[in-house]
Amino acid sequence: MRKIRTPYLLLLPGFAFLFTFFILPIINLAQTSTQTKIAGGDTGQYEQTLRFANYIDAFVENKEQFGRSFLYAVLATVLALAIAYPLAYAIAFKSGKYKNVLLVLVVAPFFTSFLLRTIAWKQILGEEGFLVPTLRTLGIISESTTLTSTSFAVVMGMTYNFLPFMTLPLFASIDRIDPRTLEASGDLYANGITTFRKVTLPLSMPGVVAGTLLTFIPAAGDYVNAAILGNPNTKMLGNVIESRYFKIVDYPTAAALSFTLMAAILILVTLYIRKAGTEELV
Amino acid sequence: MSQKIKDATIPTIPTGARIQRWFGRNLIRIYAVIAFTYLFIPVAYTFAFSFNDSGKSNLIWKGFTLRNWQNPCGAPEVCSALGNSIKIGFLATFFATILGTMIAFAIGRHKFKGRSTSNLLIFLPMATPEIVMGASLLSLFLVFKINPGFWPTVIAHIVFCISFVVVTVKARIASLDPRLEQAAMDLYANEFETFRRVTLPLVAPGIAGAALLAFSLSFDDFIITNFNSGTLTTFPKFIYVSAARGIPAQANVIGSAMFFLALIIVIVGQLVNRRRVR
Repeated sequence: MRKIRTPYLLLLPGFAFLFTFFILPIINLAQTSTQTKIAGGDTGQYEQTLRFANYIDAFVENKEQFGRSFLYAVLATVLALAIAYPLAYAIAFKSGKYKNVLLVLVVAPFFTSFLLRTIAWKQILGEEGFLVPTLRTLGIISESTTLTSTSFAVVMGMTYNFLPFMTLPLFASIDRIDPRTLEASGDLYANGITTFRKVTLPLSMPGVVAGTLLTFIPAAGDYVNAAILGNPNTKMLGNVIESRYFKIVDYPTAAALSFTLMAAILILVTLYIRKAGTEELV
Repeated sequence: MSQKIKDATIPTIPTGARIQRWFGRNLIRIYAVIAFTYLFIPVAYTFAFSFNDSGKSNLIWKGFTLRNWQNPCGAPEVCSALGNSIKIGFLATFFATILGTMIAFAIGRHKFKGRSTSNLLIFLPMATPEIVMGASLLSLFLVFKINPGFWPTVIAHIVFCISFVVVTVKARIASLDPRLEQAAMDLYANEFETFRRVTLPLVAPGIAGAALLAFSLSFDDFIITNFNSGTLTTFPKFIYVSAARGIPAQANVIGSAMFFLALIIVIVGQLVNRRRVR
């Protein structure tokens, strides 16, 4: 009898907490999303009218930012994967006794506040930085081209910020690959590319799935990179939600947008996991 | 002569394969160096500009000074913001580690009805964008007429830290050899003693890692904090707010100091671990 109860007793405090401060707020958010302004009421006063058209209005009004959020998040995820995969591979197979040191170095930038690093990028890419004048002198970019306040800077900043989230799970699954399987593939006359395509990549798939999710999800909801490195034309959904909450005090629209964002992410993630064929996620 | 020997030793490997081998052996190392450079450019920049003899705004290099390091609290509000971040970080880490470890043991050690639902409930907060989590929690606090501030921020941080603690500790529990516990039981240790003397010490590094992760997540969080902290200033919030009028070099000092402190903690932890293994 005691044994049956043990897991539930262990779960109780944590789940009670998560229910109160995670599930309830989400339910509450769903309620807020269908409210409308009280006629003649003050700013920020809303009543429940079950107006589901809020969702359509919110989407139509912000479809540009919506598309941009997902486009930027996909670009940042693909770029991060392209940078992190060889990096994780090098750490797992080519670093010898320095493996642990290099692994620490991947996480180390985390400890300098990510905002400081993002602002550092803004200054490095800025007009007063050393990069832009150098590139201009070399003729790589034209006199009128700027690097800050562009979508390039936003995507680069996002790629940078989420790179460790991509590298760590990739490393974890590549490190688990028995090097003898790669040797066996070579012995069976597979060349480097075939070995990678048929052995390394399939075996590291759980890491690819976990890494892309850990990058894509926060990237899609991010607004800090767009706020610091972008311009008004690179605004993402996060920026809209933030300003609806704090500047315009339009809670229903903010809630509807939040909910749409979350639903879109969950649908994409589910489809992606199905396609990638890995059920074991966390 | 030497040409002949070369031809004799590797006649079977075509040039293409040789280039590919070289690619496999060296290019990936060069690539890793470039990737690390990319990772560390802003860190180095932040460190360098902590020595900048700037006034209020730390935008342009004006000259070398140690003054910022001698007086890290010189800029208004920067140290009270740091203090708030540390306090919130410790409280959130403490509660999230306890709650998360309990959940990890339940899921990792027991088979029970609702186990997959539990896994889903742990995964959901990680799949929720920070802005949605922050905004929804703020709405809840507003409904109950709780003003955003210190404790709402602590609660918000516990929410997003729990899942990461569960995942980290669960991975450690899964990697344990069950025979060690069986051996303890065979030696007449009761369940509680087995847990205290065998299981817990073996899982401890995982719990420590989870706590470190939780603290760094909490310390660096901006989006959720921004929604739930009201007028309270944390270190990331201080940076974001002062970005418009120029960040004082003292913020760079604190950012760099945190970097080196964390590096030292990790290296010492590794050394201690290595000694234990020996």
